[in-house]
Amino acid sequence: MKIGIVRFPGSNCDEDCHRAVSEVLQGEATFLWHKTHDLQDADVIILPGGFSYGDYLRAGAIARFSPIMREVIEFANGGGPVLGVCNGFQVLCEARLLPGALMRNQDLRFHCHPVRVRVEHTDTPFTSAYEAGRVLTMPIAHGEGQFVAQADTLRDLEESRRVIFRYVDASGEPTAEANPNGSANNIAGICSAGRNVVGLMPHPERAVSELLSSEDGIGVFRSALAAGVGAGG
Amino acid sequence: MSWRISRQEAPITIFAVDVRITPRSGILDPVGETIGRALADLGYEGVGRVHAGRLISFELEATDADSARATVTEMCEKLIANPVIEDYAIRVRPAATEAEIA
Repeated sequence: MKIGIVRFPGSNCDEDCHRAVSEVLQGEATFLWHKTHDLQDADVIILPGGFSYGDYLRAGAIARFSPIMREVIEFANGGGPVLGVCNGFQVLCEARLLPGALMRNQDLRFHCHPVRVRVEHTDTPFTSAYEAGRVLTMPIAHGEGQFVAQADTLRDLEESRRVIFRYVDASGEPTAEANPNGSANNIAGICSAGRNVVGLMPHPERAVSELLSSEDGIGVFRSALAAGVGAGG
Repeated sequence: MSWRISRQEAPITIFAVDVRITPRSGILDPVGETIGRALADLGYEGVGRVHAGRLISFELEATDADSARATVTEMCEKLIANPVIEDYAIRVRPAATEAEIA
């Protein structure tokens, strides 16, 4: 059972993801260089946060055509668990593995602070360790995190239970004040139709120890390790 | 005009391509709105809706303008624009040669 973490030029949360898996959970993690076509038999793939290719053109637009993405897309289309965090979420949307897009934050500011998100559904490879409805505290750090999609896409996401994380307030309600970037329906994370591809803007890897002021994100990696075992790896 | 013989012996023209990318109509444009507010703050009256976008310019070799335009449209759908959030407008014209510029 091995978690592969893709490194693009400009990825900067790759090390954090590796440590969440290898140090906090004692699992096996490996880095995957974007120029290769080798997933190294990883059972779960993570596209980490950062600023791949300097966010040139659009966040994630260039990384989406990196050599390794051909294998990542094949892996995802074959049902393999793929997680995209922040810039990784943007890459997944650009690769059309997830619907919608992430636009400049509504207030044009870069937001770097803890937020609360509610776990909406637990039947994904990255949320199975949580209870539905649990409110997690995790940091966000992005300038382009406003989730937008066509009205029919949004309706479909809601009806097919594919909104996985939603920005909420202290009482767990998705209010306008709790929405840091203007995302439609307070959406912080979604999954693919097959539920195996998940993208979210908050950083679970930055919330895996009390030293980081929250351990709420560790469940994402605990879920991933369990999913990889289930996949027979 | 700058002509060259390609391997297929078809005459090739160099086209100057401009792609103008703007937020898709109906999608909020916070950058444009902020510029509009700043213009109003500076006392400019009568400024309508402001859109902020990007301009991508490059030269492209093609046999004719139609095929250049078709190639650029494909480039836009694939990479240059994100059709979920952006509209694009393409301008293709024969590139000026160095002689013409001088």
